[in-house]
Amino acid sequence: MNVLDFVNYWIAVFLLSTGLYIVIARGNLVKKLVGLSIFQTSVYLIYISPGKILGGTAPIIDPAFKIYSNPLPHVLILTAIVVGVATLALGLALVVRINEAYGTIEEDEIRAQDVGRY
Amino acid sequence: MRSQVVLRVVAKLLIPFILVFALYVQFHGDYGPGGGFQAGVIIAAAVIFYALIFGLPTAKRLVPEWLVETMVALGVLIYAGVGVEGLLLGGNFLDYFVLSHNPVSGQHIGIFLVEVGVCITVSGVMLMIFYLFAGRKRGWHSER
Amino acid sequence: MMVATALAIARLRNLFAVVVLGSLYSFLMATVLVVLDAVDVAMTEASVGAGISTVLLLGTLYLTKSEEAQPTHRPLLPLLVALVTGGLLVYGMLGLPEFGEADSVIHRHVVPRYLEQGVTETGVPNIVTAVLASYRGYDTLGETTVIFTAGVGVILLLRRWRRDATGKDDDAEGGRP
Repeated sequence: MNVLDFVNYWIAVFLLSTGLYIVIARGNLVKKLVGLSIFQTSVYLIYISPGKILGGTAPIIDPAFKIYSNPLPHVLILTAIVVGVATLALGLALVVRINEAYGTIEEDEIRAQDVGRY
Repeated sequence: MRSQVVLRVVAKLLIPFILVFALYVQFHGDYGPGGGFQAGVIIAAAVIFYALIFGLPTAKRLVPEWLVETMVALGVLIYAGVGVEGLLLGGNFLDYFVLSHNPVSGQHIGIFLVEVGVCITVSGVMLMIFYLFAGRKRGWHSER
Repeated sequence: MMVATALAIARLRNLFAVVVLGSLYSFLMATVLVVLDAVDVAMTEASVGAGISTVLLLGTLYLTKSEEAQPTHRPLLPLLVALVTGGLLVYGMLGLPEFGEADSVIHRHVVPRYLEQGVTETGVPNIVTAVLASYRGYDTLGETTVIFTAGVGVILLLRRWRRDATGKDDDAEGGRP
């Protein structure tokens, strides 16, 4: 079991941790959403990497090629990407409305305003 | 002012090519990479490009809001309609091989219609979201 | 390079730079996906991630402000959580098969049937489109409905209905005549 095989996965896991850190630690709402999209793209990488076959090609049937990479992860991730952008659009619409209602998009200031009211 | 002229001319040259490329990606999704989603996003990107260069009111005159709203719903309707037609012709929901006289051409028709539906919905939704974001002015305050 | 971009996004406070770096990150991701033979996914990621996401983020930045505030407390607990999650995932991934093996488990059950009989059953050489639109067409119907719902949701959130003094319906941009 060659350790170097896993470097691909380790980088994807590092990107996932970075995305998770941005979502939890930063207070700015727009930056949280960017961190969430980094998290999502690292998950795509983790999902598609096992599907690749060394020496294979893209899964489009052609008489010249014999070995194809696994098409099933591609299908699932295609759906995931588009759902991800739909989520991002909804999140950004919410950020715009929050900004109009509270006057800020920093989490601490929003919480302070809410605590002061109730 | 000269830079504005350059942008407008380049945009007028590029946008037809972008639209043709989107149609190519849509209809060649069977033989190469592509399909409904990519084509829908590229069409929306072409219209957004036009709106960025020539101004939002001009783009809204070209692709009005009622058209975009209709596109959003129409795509899902086409997709579900293909499914229901499978039911009406005797198969299960979303069966393609009952749509025509032999199963393979039925699959062709089914896949074609389904991808067209997806493209229409995706481009409609992306464009609608852009219109809503770009048409909003800064500094509005809503009641709390 | 993707690691450097992600770290820069975490550290920068100017949000405009964050958005541009996010677009760059999407392009790099699309390149990596092409190397992994996922051409459909790469095209979608490039157009959606580097195109639409960037446009929407820039629009949001225009409507809000474009600088992040100084963090008030040291983020030690989130750092710990992120590191522990990463460590657990690395440990769990040690069980994955070797990279690029042609006879690992995931290539065995239903995928050979799709690859061998896809063209004869559906007549479409692009197996990803065949699976997406025909074999797993029901999932794609659900996905289209999700996009539709997101569009409706954004319309509900951002459409403004305001009545003028004359009682005319004004939705802040000229729609219907």
